[in-house]
Amino acid sequence: MSRYITRLRMRRTYKWNGRPVGEDRKLKRQYYESMSISVEGKTEDATVSLGQYILIEGDDDDNPFVAQLLKLYTDDSGKKKTAVLQWFVRMCEVPQNKRKLLGRDPHPQEIFFYQDRSCDNEVDGETILGAVQIEYVPVQDPFPVGKSRDILFVKLLWDTKSFRALDPELMQPSQSPKSPPPSSRGPQTRALPTPDPSVMKRAMSGILTRGSMSTGKMSSSEAESLHSASKLSAAKALSAKRRSQAVSGPQVRKKLDLCSPSKNMSRDDVLGELLDERSEKTLTSKLNTSPTGRISISIRLTPLNLNKEECVSPLSSHSPDKPRMTAHDKDDAARARTPSRRKDSAALREPALAALAEEEHEDSPINTAATSRSKRKSAQLVSSRIKKQLNLLGNKIGLQSDGEDGDDDDCFIPSKIDLQSSSDEEEEAKIDSEDELIVKKHRGSGTSRSTEKTRVSARTPRKTPSKKTAPATPRTPRHATPSIPSRTAPARKPGNVLEEARARLHVSSVPESLPCREQEFQDIYNFVESKVIDGTGGCMYISGVPGTGKTATVHEVIRSLQQSAEQDEIPHFRFIEINGMKMTDPHQAYVQILQKLTDQKATPDHAAALLEKRFSAPAPKKETVVLLVDELDLLWTRKQNVMYNLFDWPTRRNARLVVLTIANTMDLPERIMINRVASRLGLTRMSFQPYTFKQLQQIITSRLNRVKAFEEDALQLVSRKVAALSGDARRCLDICRRATEICEHSGSQKNSSGLVGMSHVMEALDEMFSSSYISAIRCASVQEQLFLRAVIAEFRRLGLEEATFQQVFVQHQALCRVEGLQPANVSEGLTVCQRLGSCRLLLLEGSRLDLFLRIRLNVSQDDVLYALKAD
Amino acid sequence: MSKRRSLTEAQCVSLAQKLLRERLCHQKLPDRPLALDSQYKHLLELLRRTAVHGESNSVLIVGPRGSGKTMLLGCVLRELMSLKEAQKNVLLVELNGLLQTDDKIALKEITRQLHLENVVGDKVFGSFAENLAFLLEALKKGDKSSSRPVVFVLDEFDLFAHHKNQTLLYNLLDVSQSAQTPVAVLGLTCRLDVLELLEKRVKSRFSHRQIHLFSSLSFAQYVDAVRAQLSLPPDFPDPKFSDAWNHSVTVHTQHTSRSVFTNKSYTQSLFLTSFSVRVSVSHSTLHEADLLEASRLISADSKAIILHGLSILELCLIIAMKHLNDTYDGEPFNFQMVHNEFKKFIQRKSHSIHKFEKPVVMKAFEHLLQLELVRPVDSGVCKVQREYQLMRLMLEHGQVMEALQRYPQCPTDVKQWALSAFA
Repeated sequence: MSRYITRLRMRRTYKWNGRPVGEDRKLKRQYYESMSISVEGKTEDATVSLGQYILIEGDDDDNPFVAQLLKLYTDDSGKKKTAVLQWFVRMCEVPQNKRKLLGRDPHPQEIFFYQDRSCDNEVDGETILGAVQIEYVPVQDPFPVGKSRDILFVKLLWDTKSFRALDPELMQPSQSPKSPPPSSRGPQTRALPTPDPSVMKRAMSGILTRGSMSTGKMSSSEAESLHSASKLSAAKALSAKRRSQAVSGPQVRKKLDLCSPSKNMSRDDVLGELLDERSEKTLTSKLNTSPTGRISISIRLTPLNLNKEECVSPLSSHSPDKPRMTAHDKDDAARARTPSRRKDSAALREPALAALAEEEHEDSPINTAATSRSKRKSAQLVSSRIKKQLNLLGNKIGLQSDGEDGDDDDCFIPSKIDLQSSSDEEEEAKIDSEDELIVKKHRGSGTSRSTEKTRVSARTPRKTPSKKTAPATPRTPRHATPSIPSRTAPARKPGNVLEEARARLHVSSVPESLPCREQEFQDIYNFVESKVIDGTGGCMYISGVPGTGKTATVHEVIRSLQQSAEQDEIPHFRFIEINGMKMTDPHQAYVQILQKLTDQKATPDHAAALLEKRFSAPAPKKETVVLLVDELDLLWTRKQNVMYNLFDWPTRRNARLVVLTIANTMDLPERIMINRVASRLGLTRMSFQPYTFKQLQQIITSRLNRVKAFEEDALQLVSRKVAALSGDARRCLDICRRATEICEHSGSQKNSSGLVGMSHVMEALDEMFSSSYISAIRCASVQEQLFLRAVIAEFRRLGLEEATFQQVFVQHQALCRVEGLQPANVSEGLTVCQRLGSCRLLLLEGSRLDLFLRIRLNVSQDDVLYALKAD
Repeated sequence: MSKRRSLTEAQCVSLAQKLLRERLCHQKLPDRPLALDSQYKHLLELLRRTAVHGESNSVLIVGPRGSGKTMLLGCVLRELMSLKEAQKNVLLVELNGLLQTDDKIALKEITRQLHLENVVGDKVFGSFAENLAFLLEALKKGDKSSSRPVVFVLDEFDLFAHHKNQTLLYNLLDVSQSAQTPVAVLGLTCRLDVLELLEKRVKSRFSHRQIHLFSSLSFAQYVDAVRAQLSLPPDFPDPKFSDAWNHSVTVHTQHTSRSVFTNKSYTQSLFLTSFSVRVSVSHSTLHEADLLEASRLISADSKAIILHGLSILELCLIIAMKHLNDTYDGEPFNFQMVHNEFKKFIQRKSHSIHKFEKPVVMKAFEHLLQLELVRPVDSGVCKVQREYQLMRLMLEHGQVMEALQRYPQCPTDVKQWALSAFA
């Protein structure tokens, strides 16, 4: 929560440096080699160029994403800057359950080379925060000590499954700036040492080896994608394009773009169409020298660089205005630049920490890992600056203060914009003459002018360095993980066959397989799998009476999907489960989803806003989220906001959300949902029929799994009985369990075979299904029985099904005299009446009416008479 | 021996009193529940499996009031806790539907009884939602073999079914049906139709085990039970005193229990005997008269007692109302009608009763209203003069007659008037 308060408005301006170094006419793209980022209010610009390591704004403001810049391009309109990256991950981005695979404590500055073919590697250029320094550390070597905390270390490679040793060659190409720096670059520009061309060569081969894992299949998958692209609609083509853009692997298929939908839509559609055209051509004449045959896309992809050498030459010969930048060209250019750059960087490194002054603002993201000492220094600087600012406050307005804010923010609150929110909150985007683009970013929710002014003063406490570390520590003790104390003596294992059977028949025991739900399983599996692979979203509604295995089937689906994700057959996804019954209020759904998704706590309103952002904004490395909403009907509210949002999010372009909803009634959408909610839920529905007796029998048999405890007939009796009543598998299992108990008790007396037989099952059925009213009447006291008879007599006399106590009491006294008992007085009569009422044999109304208490029977008259006659 | 002899009779009496009071008033558990052997075994076995094997269960104990549900549970839990392997393993959470009137309070109580608030720290509880999430998290963390089983006792189970959405029940029963912390959910209720109160999802998760407690005691068994309750234990310090006492109990209970037996509720006999204990302070042994007196006290009609304290005028008004009831077949009446009836009686028959002013009669009528022997009919019309407001008599015919019989120095003409309206 705090990070959102700390978010201040800042304005960054992104500008290309120099002229485009390459152009792709087909895609109408222009490639650049560096970009300068100027933050308003500062004189110096930060420059990022190809090969550099950069920080990308992400979910976590304290830890922006780290990546290596591979490409920069813009589309023809010049509005949209896109960067192609090689990702690195921090330990905190590795899934929690995988962290222990590392086998040691991660170094605080350690990051990992991220090798995941399913991860989208294109981001909006305007999410780049600045440059960062990364050093490769060989696996055997310890982490260097005494180095600046700005530097991040790479030692290992994370391929979403395990940590592996990182081939240093993979790292190498990054350290060679592939483009000549533009002349306009300032002396302060941070640069990295450049290797010689031979290293560069190796680097290329390193990439090749990395890609080689999938090279075998790559061409085929690409062909497949192209083929499908030619056939399918524009939307499909779009995804096919993405597929080819992303590092191709067999399981990487469609990925959503990271850019915000509003800006991106038209361009993507155009691209999709273009691609369509292109793919057809490629199929017929790949690498042909036809004038339209620019397969320039492939250049941007690391593994596809395989083709580069082949495809570049014909292309360049056909590009009229400019020679295309090939890897060799870049190398040459890089070599030419090397000496000066080295100097630059060397000169820069010294003052970087010592003085975090205004001039340093372009290096701001590095401060993420700044030492506490430097932070303290910076704090002093800040305080002086705040004073200055407060003086200026009077005449500071609008954009100017924004600039200042951005300034401070850059230095002291390390880039707390996350991608989702920023693009969501982009309000104005002015396009200046050239490539200049001003993006006004609102941090926090306050947008009005009045709040801006107050914000300056409100900001001050936040700037203390301690604040930066605060979010890491648990805010409340409530974060403590609760648990039931563990038992002193271990649980005993089942001893005999019956106990074994009982343990297996317990509803909680997870069966090896789910019999009789194969079709439903397959349907849900296909649905979720296709959505996960496509990276799209969707809703599904599952209905069925209780105990028909809805939740169990979905869990089974998720389990097997997760297994195949483990084996890398499909992309990874997150599974989140909420249950309408397990929350106190429908709006708590937001809170629970948010907490399970990001581990943060928020109020329902805030959580809804955060989720809204998350699902509508593009973000790099986003996994598909599969959300299971159990007991959907309880999420009903009068305005149906919760349901609306749950079904609306999957329809967003960047959401990647699959919602599976479960409820009992088949016509729930028609019955309780208003039209706009029902329409979003869509028509993907499935209903679970109650189990038939054969299915129930199969379920029990498969659960027992060759433990011989039941006679065949007994099983059939149970399943037939339950199927006739409800088809509830839980009931069936409970009866069987009870039958084993009865068998166990009687087993000691009789010479039975030890199996659960018909008689035991009958007894269990009797216990569970027979009405207890008759036995209750039989066991009632004499006066109570008489009173019941009096009630019936009075009903007969009145011809009604209701009488007052006074009327019944007269009958009761008469009956007492007939039976030769002392007639009860009114108090006693009332006591008897109330006792029957508390058992609900009688229904009493208006108990304060005393004599005029209204009495009705809760049992049929025949039952009462039957019970009394047998007495 | 010398010590025993030194006990005076008064000491013996007070000791016996103490013993019986403990037994009857402090809900001291009997050594073994009477005539509930099969239920006892069933429940014990169930809980033992939860404690030992970590098997989750849910069960309802259903029986009319005073049939010994809590006693049975108490005995079972006592036995369970005496088992070595269950002793330190089982956590017990007791809730009562009358105390925990909504889920929020119930959750707090559960957290408190599980001593989880230590984990929460000094900042005891957040919102209801946080609490629920917290508790569910806690229960989810556990698994069958490693965590301590929790026994949830829900007294007045039916009242929990009235909570919003039955969230608590759903969650408890859901835990009992899934591979989480082993729990045993025990519900105690007197409603036979309790399952119909459960929502279908909740119902499906309940195991449908019900233990019914219906006392099927014959009269002989019942007398034995009462005797066992009243008898002094064999290790009573003064054997002579206890012998005499036990003998008198054996003799007298046989005769007096008959009338109680027709009502056949266990608690009533307990009340009865508690009265008899008080009586026994003066005489050292139990007398039949004591038991009869106690029985008379316990079955006394409360309204008849009120009638004894009325004035003659008020009694006359009640008789007038009774006649009106007879004449108009239970239709409501108003003060004016009653006054007319009363005036007719004064004019025609009365020798002993003077004429009363109307305000005086009104006053008497209002006194009856205060005693709630007369009640206004709940009708929407409220702007009616007091004299014409419709009323009903809250007395039975028999009650009026009996009160007249017992009324001290009731004038004969009033009695005659009561017997016949037209006399």
